[in-house]
Amino acid sequence: MLFQQILNGLTIGAVYALVALGYTLAYGILGLINFSHGEIYMMGAFIAFTCISIFNWNIWLSLILAVVICGLIGIVVEIVAFRSIRHGARSSQLISAIGVSIVLQNIAMLTWSSRTQPFPQIITTKIIKINDIVISNLQIYILATAVILMVTLYLLLYKSRIGIAIRATSQDPDTTSLMGINVNKIISITFAVGSVLGAAAGILMGLYYNSIVFNMGYTVGLKAFVAAILGGIGNIPGTMLGGILLGFVESISAGFISSQYKDALAFLIMIIVLLVKPTGIFGTKEVEKV
Amino acid sequence: MTILRQLFNNIALLTAKNKKLSMMLGIILFVLFPFALNNNYILHILIIVGIYMILGVSLNIVTGITGELDLGHAAFFGIGAYISSLFTMKIYNNFWLGLIIAAIVSFIFGIILGIPSLRIRGDYLAIVTLGFSEIVRYVLLNWQDVTNGPMGINRIPLPSIMGYRIGTKQALFYLVYALVIITIILVRNLSKSRFGRALVAIRENEIAAAAMGINVGYYKVWSFAISAAFAGVAGSLFAHYMSFISPMNFTSNESILILSMVVLGGKGSIIGSILGVSVLMLLPEMLRFVSMYRMLIYGIALIAMMIFKPKGIIPENRMPGNYKKISFIKASKAQEHEV
Repeated sequence: MLFQQILNGLTIGAVYALVALGYTLAYGILGLINFSHGEIYMMGAFIAFTCISIFNWNIWLSLILAVVICGLIGIVVEIVAFRSIRHGARSSQLISAIGVSIVLQNIAMLTWSSRTQPFPQIITTKIIKINDIVISNLQIYILATAVILMVTLYLLLYKSRIGIAIRATSQDPDTTSLMGINVNKIISITFAVGSVLGAAAGILMGLYYNSIVFNMGYTVGLKAFVAAILGGIGNIPGTMLGGILLGFVESISAGFISSQYKDALAFLIMIIVLLVKPTGIFGTKEVEKV
Repeated sequence: MTILRQLFNNIALLTAKNKKLSMMLGIILFVLFPFALNNNYILHILIIVGIYMILGVSLNIVTGITGELDLGHAAFFGIGAYISSLFTMKIYNNFWLGLIIAAIVSFIFGIILGIPSLRIRGDYLAIVTLGFSEIVRYVLLNWQDVTNGPMGINRIPLPSIMGYRIGTKQALFYLVYALVIITIILVRNLSKSRFGRALVAIRENEIAAAAMGINVGYYKVWSFAISAAFAGVAGSLFAHYMSFISPMNFTSNESILILSMVVLGGKGSIIGSILGVSVLMLLPEMLRFVSMYRMLIYGIALIAMMIFKPKGIIPENRMPGNYKKISFIKASKAQEHEV
């Protein structure tokens, strides 16, 4: 039972971690809570659904197309909604992000209606039983994809030239631009990378739960944000662990305490963690300078 | 457009010259208004707008004056609504007592939410308030014995004064707006008092404020608590006016909506908050003719307003004269620390 819950938690947590990485990237580079990121996750699932179920395109082509389109949406959102208020007040950025979230949600509702849609079954589910633990092949695929994406992100950020530019921009955009780096371009790329991860998470979640609906981004977005905060927003490894931790908390509290209160418990644990460590578990302590 | 602007300027000039007269005129117009306009639909919307004005003006204490992002205001709205309706229905049927108890209980929860602000700052605090709001919603949803869960509470009694039931929309309009005016006066006096100045000092620079001898934690907790108490009053009014409440009315989406009203109007400015509430509440009603697309347009409007007027419709105008000039020069530097 415990082992089963841990496995379920790991699966969900991996998806949360993918979405949370989008929050962390946006926060790390702009100091911005991108509340619209959950909607990119939803868009990813819906675009894949449209390409596969409605247009009957090749599965791999459709998946890649969905992810790429979401990356482009991320870039457009950054240019339209955030670029001009990059140095503005936090609250204006927040409201702008909420505006984007409302717009994307309504575009989805108008395009695909407000009904719950079935996500195409592109992988036939097989179930493996070890003693009394049930593992579905979907869970393994989800975990594998998440791990591959996270390793890719790590390599991109820490082993490539673009990664160096992204990290430099997040530390000091002015100096970075003096070094001959196009900061605007780097910020756009960061948003695109975050959106790609979010869209991939949306597709994985669509596969796992088999159904997608236009407002599915809101709850997952909120939880992924909690995950990012838990791990320490802006910190990549911390965010990954935060996502998995949140998945554990949820599935264990659903299994052993109360499934009705599992979301409330997740928030409660977040508040307690923040009270103990105000910048998340792996967050760096901010030193206030006068 | 130019004719309209001229007309507007003329009216502004006239009112500036005869302050007392125009105020009297305003009051008379306001009193006669609900009778002249015997339209239940419009009165209903105006009453809801009034309730949100209390919410907006009270959130302004935390977000505008103290400068902390608060994404959990709807939680206090909900607590007030549930406490007041449960009290009047199960313990003692008196609207005013219910209203006061709602305010007190919300105040206590405000203190509870204010305590994390002693340790947690900025965006992290914003998310704690959001988490608090979600926890309250889950408790309202799942504590079936008391709150009746997702079914909500219905047949909440209408408000009454000295045994007279306030039943008509006109009477409710007066009740709500009387409380709106009381809230505005209280918050205005608060923000101009020593207490309000301390909050502004905290907003502008916490460390400097602490160095000036302001007990930062104490003031922050108080600002959360006072703001929560007003939200509790708004919740009580909402419950007794609608006579039906459910956890759906108090989601974190609602908190975000109230916050956008305050930011849109201009943080720290009470008139701004009132205007922000009116614009964002009336916009969806006025956009009914585009039915399907109205939320889409609403979202676009939010983004556009933030891009073109990031400081809000009416930015806060504290202390004229020299102060303004100095703050103008330092504006570019201060922006980085702004919430």
